[in-house]
Amino acid sequence: MDFNLNEYQIEIEKKARELAETYLLPTVIERDKEGIYPREAYEKLGELGFLGLPYAKEYGGSGAGYLEYALAVKEISKVEAGLGISFSVSTSLYCGPIYNFGNEFQKKKYLEPVLSGRSLGAFGLTEPNAGSDASGVITTARREGDFYILNGAKCFTTNGPLADYYFVIASTNPDLKTKGLSAFIVEKDFPGVIVGKLEDKMGIRSAQVSDMFFEDVKVPVENLVLEEGKGFMLAMKALDGGRIGVASQALGIAEGAFDIARQYLKDREQFGKPLFKNQYLAFKMAELEIKLDQARLMLFKATLDKDQGRDYSISAAKAKYVCTNIAMEMTTNAVQMLGGNGYMKDYHVERMMRDAKITQIYEGTNEIQQLIVSGNIFK
Amino acid sequence: MKIIVCLKQVPDTNEVKIDQKTGTLIRDGVPSIINPDDRNALEEALKIKDENDAEVVVLSMGPPQAKEALKEALAMGADEAILVSAREFGGSDTWATATILASAIEKIGGFDLVICGRQAIDGDTAQVGPEIAEFLDIPQVTYAKDLKLLKDKLQVRRFTEYGDYLIESELPALITAIKELNTPRYPTIENIMRTYTKEVENSIKVWGLEDLDVDLTQIGLKGSPTNVYKSFVPVKSNNSSIIEGADAKEKAGTMTRILSELNLI
Repeated sequence: MDFNLNEYQIEIEKKARELAETYLLPTVIERDKEGIYPREAYEKLGELGFLGLPYAKEYGGSGAGYLEYALAVKEISKVEAGLGISFSVSTSLYCGPIYNFGNEFQKKKYLEPVLSGRSLGAFGLTEPNAGSDASGVITTARREGDFYILNGAKCFTTNGPLADYYFVIASTNPDLKTKGLSAFIVEKDFPGVIVGKLEDKMGIRSAQVSDMFFEDVKVPVENLVLEEGKGFMLAMKALDGGRIGVASQALGIAEGAFDIARQYLKDREQFGKPLFKNQYLAFKMAELEIKLDQARLMLFKATLDKDQGRDYSISAAKAKYVCTNIAMEMTTNAVQMLGGNGYMKDYHVERMMRDAKITQIYEGTNEIQQLIVSGNIFK
Repeated sequence: MKIIVCLKQVPDTNEVKIDQKTGTLIRDGVPSIINPDDRNALEEALKIKDENDAEVVVLSMGPPQAKEALKEALAMGADEAILVSAREFGGSDTWATATILASAIEKIGGFDLVICGRQAIDGDTAQVGPEIAEFLDIPQVTYAKDLKLLKDKLQVRRFTEYGDYLIESELPALITAIKELNTPRYPTIENIMRTYTKEVENSIKVWGLEDLDVDLTQIGLKGSPTNVYKSFVPVKSNNSSIIEGADAKEKAGTMTRILSELNLI
């Protein structure tokens, strides 16, 4: 057992932090207000190799691992959670299933453009009637010669308007419910791919989330991942990886709020002494730091399970649950500790509180994580 | 071509506090960074390397932990790193430091260009670069904001507050970089993973007193002509006063009288 990061992991974490502070921090409030995506920072992350951290070099990755990737998503999210989720969706949800299950042609063609930062990837599972319950998917893919004809609508697609590539789940046999689902790599330029309305969100406002429509989209058969009927399994595996991304994002938000609260409690004086001299506040911070440590260790455990080739579905679900709950708790407390200032945009913590909420919802709500964990207890 | 970049590890002054009693920097627990202007110096060398067949050697004088700064320079793309470190070098002022660095540069030898940062944020002297050039007896251009490599010459835009000079110089030469010269790069993940290992750390050469040909009377605290008489933190006093008056005209009149009594207008 070793709880220490090695030298290059520490350096990757530090450089991700510096990048976030240089490229994101000066303008993050404005992007939150206007809903603007930080494209330049995303491209920079690709150029330097951050986006490809968990994947092998021959497919455009950097040859590190999921732990290093988690550190990078965390540091980016500490400043701008909207970019954190975009990064996670592109690298985990889109690239993950292609990297792990795609054939050589698919891996060569569809990973490098995204991991290099020239483009983004998106993931299409959720539909108006298929949220936690994937059996509700009604997007269909009908085989016609060398193509599948895709028809349907997806919603809440993160990176939808920005992506050039989509990992889409559609039914090739509606009678079989989830066993009839299949996964396809769809290019934005295939005729019939339409980006729908942009969502106006509570938080992660710089992330671009939209509806997606597929109208008689001709998808070549070579873009089917594995075979027909494997879509549900692929989506679930993708979400296992995505949960590590979201846990990292949430931990980043929590750490960011913690840092701001600590500084404020040291600087702000009331009743003739700094706020932290009040034992209530000091103890509250102690409690929060303990919970942050718990979350960090559970996240690292999940990444190591993945990196060392063990089954990580359960540890990822647990990490996602713990990290996202502490993100909500930490940010809510940070707003309270900063008082009136905390409620104002200039102090960042109100944004972090809005950003934290979604982490308890997407990549499987925290109730779904409890379902996964309890299912494992009573299997 | 061979380019030598001199860089210094400094405390991150954004986070530094001053000991009110001794007047010195409290360095405990303060993170160390590559001096910002030196980062520009390194970037310029790396830019030349991107486009030409060039070798970049980074050189630093400091305690053993300055290896951290050199490692970061290697991760950014430098080819070789040398740390000059010895107890006898401690307490060196700019003269002594430049003596030691010039000697190290002569030992490296075969260089075409030396690039230094304008000045270090912990001392702000801006003297070491020019002094190295004098000791090496090569031309120098300070405050470089743009640099072009012509065939066998250098063309430098030198920033001054009166306007820019466009200066050409033979090689070898020394220039000092200002932040306007470029934007320093970040290391790629690939370089970070390659550099942050024990092997690379061990590949950093460490030169001590016995490796250099320096006159002992010219180095260290004793060889330094500069003596710090006293250092202190300026006391911030709040002796402002507010000019009262019935209306703006009266206030302006009082203000004019005060300013003219002080011979300010």
